[in-house]
Amino acid sequence: MSTDILHEVTQGDYKYGFTTDIETDIIPIGLSEDVVRLISAKKNEPEWMLEFRLKAYRHWLTMKMPEWAHLDIPKIDYQSIAYYAAPRKNAPQSLDEVDPELLKTFEKLGIPLHERMALSGIAVDAVMDSVSVKTTFKESLSELGIIFCSFSEAVEHHPDLVQKYMSSVVPYTDNFFATLNCAVFSDGSFVYIPKGVRCPMELSTYFRINAMNTGQFERTLIIADEDSYVSYLEGCTAPMRDENQLHAAIVEIVAMKNAQVKYSTVQNWYPGDKNGKGGIYNFVTKRGICKGENSKISWTQVETGSAITWKYPSCILLGDNSSAEFYSVAVTNHHQQADTGTKMLHIGKNTSSHILSKGISAGFGQNSYRGLVKINPAAENSRNFSQCDSLLLGDKCGAHTFPYMEVNNDTSIVEHEATTSKINEDQIFYCNQRGISTEDAVGLIVNGYAKEVLNQLPMEFAVEAQKLLQITLEGSVG
Amino acid sequence: MLEIKNLHANINGKEILKGLDLVVRPGEIHAIMGPNGAGKSTLASVLTGNQTFEVTKGEVTFYGKNLLELTPEDRSREGIFLSFQYPVEIPGVSMVNFMRTALNEHRKYKNMEPLSATDFLRIMREKKTLVEMDNKLANRSVNEGFSGGEKKRNEIFQMAMLEPRLAILDETDSGLDIDALRIVANGVNKLKRPDNASIVITHYQRLLEYIVPDFVHVLYDGRIVKTGGKELALELEDKGYDWIKKEVEENI
Ligand SMILES: Nc1ncnc2c1ncn2[C@@H]1O[C@H](COP(=O)(O)OP(=O)(O)OP(=O)(O)O)[C@@H](O)[C@H]1O
Ligand SMILES: [Mg+2]
Repeated sequence: MSTDILHEVTQGDYKYGFTTDIETDIIPIGLSEDVVRLISAKKNEPEWMLEFRLKAYRHWLTMKMPEWAHLDIPKIDYQSIAYYAAPRKNAPQSLDEVDPELLKTFEKLGIPLHERMALSGIAVDAVMDSVSVKTTFKESLSELGIIFCSFSEAVEHHPDLVQKYMSSVVPYTDNFFATLNCAVFSDGSFVYIPKGVRCPMELSTYFRINAMNTGQFERTLIIADEDSYVSYLEGCTAPMRDENQLHAAIVEIVAMKNAQVKYSTVQNWYPGDKNGKGGIYNFVTKRGICKGENSKISWTQVETGSAITWKYPSCILLGDNSSAEFYSVAVTNHHQQADTGTKMLHIGKNTSSHILSKGISAGFGQNSYRGLVKINPAAENSRNFSQCDSLLLGDKCGAHTFPYMEVNNDTSIVEHEATTSKINEDQIFYCNQRGISTEDAVGLIVNGYAKEVLNQLPMEFAVEAQKLLQITLEGSVG
Repeated sequence: MLEIKNLHANINGKEILKGLDLVVRPGEIHAIMGPNGAGKSTLASVLTGNQTFEVTKGEVTFYGKNLLELTPEDRSREGIFLSFQYPVEIPGVSMVNFMRTALNEHRKYKNMEPLSATDFLRIMREKKTLVEMDNKLANRSVNEGFSGGEKKRNEIFQMAMLEPRLAILDETDSGLDIDALRIVANGVNKLKRPDNASIVITHYQRLLEYIVPDFVHVLYDGRIVKTGGKELALELEDKGYDWIKKEVEENI
């Protein structure tokens, strides 16, 4: 009886599901060389960029969608997607020129684009559909030599850096979705932290899909020069729509000697409705390279959204003594599916990696951890520790782990631990007996379970993420 | 405040409570004793709304309200507290967070504002002192890795925080060393007020030297078969339960 009431009050509504009524420049659906040229022309790109896109496009034509993941992906018709959509009033020079509707949208999402209002001290790059709307704090950051701008601006103003590092970590031939991104990517963020600079504020990009029938293909490139440090966050939401939308992004990180990059994601793309209708296909390639000695990259992700998630933020540990971390919480409720994990490729000596993955499945959700730890023969004295935990809420959901390990020398140590647990009724009843409702009890327990990962997030985001976890799981325990 | 009439309850189709009657008035302390498996913990579970048990017959009212219609959390908010025989571990959830959520839920139920962080921490400090609980415990996850005795003490701490109208202590004394027993009993006594009451489930009359009961009941085979004053506890300790069992059989 109480369960029904619980279900009623907790329809778990996706609160970012509104649409913005704004004039949008959308190109016709379909994909061809002409479309690739059109995108490039819309963005006034130099010839080398167009060449890069075309090269990728031609290669993509020879590729097939990967089928090894533990996912049930409906057939995607790549000719029915529009590959470029932009709010018409483009490239504002100052805030006054930003369409007020857009400002309202981001305000509603809690993203302050007004620098004076951005008390949180976070610099934001806001991307709507295919273009960057506004980047805050750009000027004050540039005084330190930090470049934080949209990818398009970087192509225009810093072509040398873009040409040197773009696709140096994820080659254009890497995989089906990454190659597609190389052909049609629209915008994204670009970050360069110069030698010896510690970026004084969190940098963040906020991605928003608005237009219908469009795909979002952004790419982000972060370069941390020697002895530098940056913490970067990304967030994302989309309106509720009945059809599925494709999001295929690329993120590349380059960390030079002694540099440290911390990359955090709170992924909350529209997950589809309770019956699995609609939602974002989140097929993303993220990879970092610890290029110099003692460099460090850490990925933290909280994945609560998307109908299907396919993503493996990875690290190439090239520099000696470099280290990498992967912290993940992935939630699948209702009919959501996630196949996510990481790859750690140890090449340098004394390299170390740490993996902590926390999967949470509820409803009919399917959650898989997939990881590869590979230690090359030359990567002497390397270490990896992986911990993969699964938490099940209910008995119609699933959790799976696919850990792969390849250790090619005998001085390295690789350890793997995995646990599966269920929220048990005794725990819930114990909370109930203290006056805590079942729904809040689940929230407390899940957040407790995910704490080690959430603690890795910057403060403000940790609080957001906690709420998000609870909202995502509302109505999942009866 | 509490009136139980002809209560029957099942688990997995097996009847455990077989027509139990009990009346508790404000200010009273009731001790319930009885052999293992008699149904003492089952009574506590049924009163607090644990859904693994099915009530098949009978009535329970708490201050005139039909208790059996309330959700477990509302029973708690109405002021019924259970000190569990086997407290549950909740990894990752800090005691502070847990207690603050609980206390604020109780306040919300009474249309009171949530407590500020400072006020909450002040109350927490006070109550910790009351049950002489280690600071370190309060900073850990709920019961996680607590020793048996520490768990029991934590139950009394939570009781102190929530100030229930009716506290049910299910074998809170078992597993406690002598000092802890005294401290826990002291805590219970300090919390005693004319308008609240306790049901103390125990096997040992030792606890009843510290917490002096107004009534001692013997629960046997799903019923209260004998009620007396505190001297009944001494008699039970002395003679065991066989004579009670015999009495019951003779009465049939
Ligand atoms: N989950 C359960 N499944 C099956 N039987 C149960 C369950 N819980 C309790 N019982 C049975 O119900 C009966 C009463 O158990 P209960 O725990 O109430 O006894 P008790 O009087 O508290 O005993 P003790 O003094 O040992 O704590 C026992 O026979 C017990 O085996
Ligand atoms: Mg018992």
